[in-house]
Amino acid sequence: MTTARASEHARPPIWRDERVLAVIAQIIFLILVIVVLAFMYHNMYTELSARGLTPTFSFLKLEAGFPIGETPISYSPGDTYARAFLVGVVNTIKVSVIGIILATILGVVVGVSRLSPNWLLRSIANVYIEIIRNTPLLVQLFFWFTAVMLKFPRIRQAITLPGPVYLSNRGIAMPWFRATEGFSVWLGFVIVGLIVATLVFRYRSRYQDRTGNPGYPWIFGIATWGVFLLVGWILAPGSPLVIDKPMLKGLNFEGGTSMTPEFSALLLGLVIYTAAFIAEVVRAGILAVSKGQREAAKALGLSDFQMMRYIIFPQAMRVIIPPLTSQYLNLTKNSSLAVAIGYPDLFNVAGTIFNQTGRSIEVITLIMGSYLTLSLLTSLFMNWYNRRVRLIER
Amino acid sequence: MVPTATREAVPASAAREFLEWMRKNLFTPWYNAIITIVSLLIVYVVLKGTIGWVLHGAKWGVVTSNLRLFAVGPYPVEQMWRVWLALGMALVLGGLSWGVWGARSVNALAISVLFVALFWIAPISTNAKRNWTLVFALFVLSSLVAERVEPLRKPLQRFIPLAWLAVFFITLVLLRGFKGNAKMPLVETSLWGGLLLTILLAVVAIVASFPIGVLLALGRRSSLPVVKLFSVLYIELIRGVPLVTVLFMAQIMLPLFLPANVRIDKVLRAMTGMTLFAAAYLAENVRGGLQAIPKGQYEAAEALGLNYYQMMRYIILPQALRAVIPAIVGQFIGLFKDTSLVAIVGLLDLLNIALSVIAQPEWIGRQAEVFLFIAVIYWVFCYAMSYASRRLEAKLGVGVR
Repeated sequence: MTTARASEHARPPIWRDERVLAVIAQIIFLILVIVVLAFMYHNMYTELSARGLTPTFSFLKLEAGFPIGETPISYSPGDTYARAFLVGVVNTIKVSVIGIILATILGVVVGVSRLSPNWLLRSIANVYIEIIRNTPLLVQLFFWFTAVMLKFPRIRQAITLPGPVYLSNRGIAMPWFRATEGFSVWLGFVIVGLIVATLVFRYRSRYQDRTGNPGYPWIFGIATWGVFLLVGWILAPGSPLVIDKPMLKGLNFEGGTSMTPEFSALLLGLVIYTAAFIAEVVRAGILAVSKGQREAAKALGLSDFQMMRYIIFPQAMRVIIPPLTSQYLNLTKNSSLAVAIGYPDLFNVAGTIFNQTGRSIEVITLIMGSYLTLSLLTSLFMNWYNRRVRLIER
Repeated sequence: MVPTATREAVPASAAREFLEWMRKNLFTPWYNAIITIVSLLIVYVVLKGTIGWVLHGAKWGVVTSNLRLFAVGPYPVEQMWRVWLALGMALVLGGLSWGVWGARSVNALAISVLFVALFWIAPISTNAKRNWTLVFALFVLSSLVAERVEPLRKPLQRFIPLAWLAVFFITLVLLRGFKGNAKMPLVETSLWGGLLLTILLAVVAIVASFPIGVLLALGRRSSLPVVKLFSVLYIELIRGVPLVTVLFMAQIMLPLFLPANVRIDKVLRAMTGMTLFAAAYLAENVRGGLQAIPKGQYEAAEALGLNYYQMMRYIILPQALRAVIPAIVGQFIGLFKDTSLVAIVGLLDLLNIALSVIAQPEWIGRQAEVFLFIAVIYWVFCYAMSYASRRLEAKLGVGVR
């Protein structure tokens, strides 16, 4: 009896019990959210039903009927909407991947330049960053597209750069490799060589770790691979790769590879814009490595390059990776601005599909789902890489 | 004799110092000399090309004939006094804030003289020139008052944030006007445009997203699983998709979500989209601030018997928000740049005005001039904000304890 009373005293009345209140608060919150969502869904459903557009994805199987300017995978207007959308997704991935690689290279160069002892170089990097970061990407894209790419001369008077690279208002044409029949043989050598070179690299690194003598793993590895490439090149029938130069034929360039003005402008804009942000990330990362590390490296007699390679960069990487990841995500998301200059990325193609079918909710779901998936994949990859960088450290 | 010697020695040593500086900063070790020469070449080529083009190649008529369009878009000329009034209010408050937060009024004067000189050179009407002079005079005057009149300092410091909020709402009402009012007729938001719309979009988004963002941040750190899940889902969903998608959704879906008799205009829809977008990013910034608060602060507040609301309102949020002011300013700069995306969904912001100007047949081929011009406008605003944020950061001593 007494124990029961004691516990009754210990427990506050039900309307003041925090656990009960927490549950009640959550239930109320949940009901509110559900009511709002249901209200919105109801409105949408009535509106769409009135127009005869009850949500369904079956329209994806219909014939798209519109052409797409750039098709990395085969596509014709006779294909389905689903195929058209897929072309858009591939285009987005294409510009994002190339953009991320180039932006990283440019960003690291600019970021390191900002810390250079050379005053002039440092100032140039500073000016570049301040100009690019403080103007909207969309304005820059329009500038590159309408004021640069479309202002190039007509195809017959194309500007010729060494290479030859031709700049015209139809885009950029440049030499590219073309595989001949001997290519597959050579490719085998390339792959086998890469495997053997990796093994040699491992062996030499271990040798260096074990004995402390310089093992020159990079030199040995690359040399091994080089030998394989050379032998393969000699053994393969004919020369496996030839350089294919663009030639003006009629009203177009043939051979080599070419980029449309839309793609070039988008890539240029994204790379230049994102690189400015990456430069800041890299600079912050390098500055985050404590001064003592630098002094210790100097005291050990490491050269500037060795200090950067073995002491500063591995530690800076830890700081750099997370914000770098978000810059990569930004670049991928910013590629949706392609719609403004007419590059057929996923947002642009989806917009066309929406205009033709009027299927708003379905198209929005597709777009959001695609971007979320791309973001998730990028994050997963970078997290995996982040873990790897950390493990090497230990 | 001695003075002449020193007089000679000073320039000599200055020259030597300069040479020494050059040797140190530009020419050692040997590869730096190469870098310097290559950089000089690049700078020379770029500057020569750009300056030559700006002075001789470019035809600036496309900008000078459309200045009003760039500033306010199609806002009716006879109602322009409202814009001037709003600008005046903002600059008076700006001047007061300038003085109160310890910036020198001399600097305010210098900046104002620069701008007023610029506007007197610019090919705008005498009326506009006079108005610009007037608003900048107000700016300098109020900064002087805030700086010199000691007894005003303390009350001003308290009232300025509220005053900004008040001016914000007054401006919105002032620009919109009232239906059927003779003095202040309704100016539909579809007539708002140019830089005016760009600024309004950014300010509305940041102001409106602030409470939502703080709530979402608190929600994400809440101990109630349902609330937490909702916040996480919302934040990650919005942050995972591009702003264009959110704007597109606001334009297309928002009218569908609302009952058939409720119709909201394009500008309001874009504002909603930007707000919802900004809230998710703001929430993450605020969360960063909340995480930076040591646990002891929470425990102390609880030990004092404060409830959740009191604890957040008086102990946690003031510290957390102070810590993330630079991040929020950074976000605001990003948002200001992002307003240019509303051009894609058809609003007449600065960028879209630029696009419509170059689409006119008389200005064909003048893209570079127009884009350069609006880029400079965006740049001035963003750079000024990031500069102010750096000053503020130093003043608040964020990160320095």
